[in-house]
Amino acid sequence: MAKVKGAVVVDIEACKGCELCVETCPEDVLSLHKEVNSKGYHYAFMENPDVCTGCANCGVVCPDTCITVYRVKV
Amino acid sequence: MDVKEIIKPENQVYGKTELLTDNVMHYCPGCTHGVVHKLMAELIDEMGLQEKAIGVAPVGCAVFAYNYIDIDWQEAAHGRAPAVATGIVRINPEKFVFTYQGDGDLASIGAAEIIHACNRGENILVVFINNGIYGMTGGQMAPTTIERMVTSTTPCGRDTELNGYPLKMTDLVAQLPGTSYVTRQSAQSAPAVRKCKRALKKGIKNVLDKKGTSFVEVVSTCNSGWKMTPVKANEWMEENMFPFYPLGDMKDSEKDKPVSNN
Ligand SMILES: Cc1ncc(C[n+]2csc(CCOP(=O)(O)OP(=O)(O)O)c2C)c(N)n1
Ligand code: SF4
Ligand code: SF4
Repeated sequence: MAKVKGAVVVDIEACKGCELCVETCPEDVLSLHKEVNSKGYHYAFMENPDVCTGCANCGVVCPDTCITVYRVKV
Repeated sequence: MDVKEIIKPENQVYGKTELLTDNVMHYCPGCTHGVVHKLMAELIDEMGLQEKAIGVAPVGCAVFAYNYIDIDWQEAAHGRAPAVATGIVRINPEKFVFTYQGDGDLASIGAAEIIHACNRGENILVVFINNGIYGMTGGQMAPTTIERMVTSTTPCGRDTELNGYPLKMTDLVAQLPGTSYVTRQSAQSAPAVRKCKRALKKGIKNVLDKKGTSFVEVVSTCNSGWKMTPVKANEWMEENMFPFYPLGDMKDSEKDKPVSNN
């Protein structure tokens, strides 16, 4: 069992749907939503929130700094 | 554990630095400029340099950097950022002055300014975004365009017979006595971004210690100019750009000291 649990919050309106976070997440947490934001971009969201470790890799690669990462010890 | 229990301010481990403004960047989705802007903003914030930092942005996509990083900025004509930065830092030696230049800007129209600023060992950091093309104007061939790379002005790929050879600016400036820290980085993955941040930090420190010019190239993508998705552009860069532009430190020394190969 994981010793840490994470979660991310995506700034939906700032997201440009570049998919770099989706690609980089080692746990396959993220996907692009089928809905779009007001600019027409498919935004990133946590499709599998249970497996997020809060490693912050997604936040680090995001060119638009849309992702805030949280982590707790469990 | 419910997501709501995790998402609390005290549990935040990563977020946007206050030095990045709330303006949505005009860069295309997945553009490396966004990542490097973020790194510079984070470092200036973490190192407490907001009042000290003056960025010089010439012509290119990053001409609007002043909209995004909340520090003092000066615009420069195409290629002239190192000359403008020279003036600023000589009048204000206590400031931290950096240029932020594309490859079309730095390696072509600005080739003279960068070579001489580095050769004089001006106390500035040069952030060099090498995406292999002129991004802002529609993806034309730049001096840095690698052999056989397709651009809007080399639709059959760069032909060295006709177009000359790609220019490795970072290798050139590493030879100059005025440079102290010269490195080539990238920002396509989390480890690469973290490494790039350490390199930029070292460059900033060297400038604060007045060691001469620090030069950080970031091998970058311009996915719209390359006509690829951001993910594909990263793969293409790793496969095609990295063999020609190998990553790593080229010089880590002090101004006027011999080049060290460690
Ligand atoms: C003197 C002058 N010549 C040409 C231009 C047109 N121009 C604007 S941006 C640009 C290319 C910049 O490319 P690069 O430096 O590689 O930056 P990127 O946009 O790829 O980030 C050019 C040629 C100009 N603004 N001024
Ligand atoms: S914090 Fe790590 S595990 Fe969680 S979504 Fe981001 S990249 Fe994936
Ligand atoms: S990296 Fe950022 S902009 Fe790109 S899809 Fe993920 S959250 Fe959106």
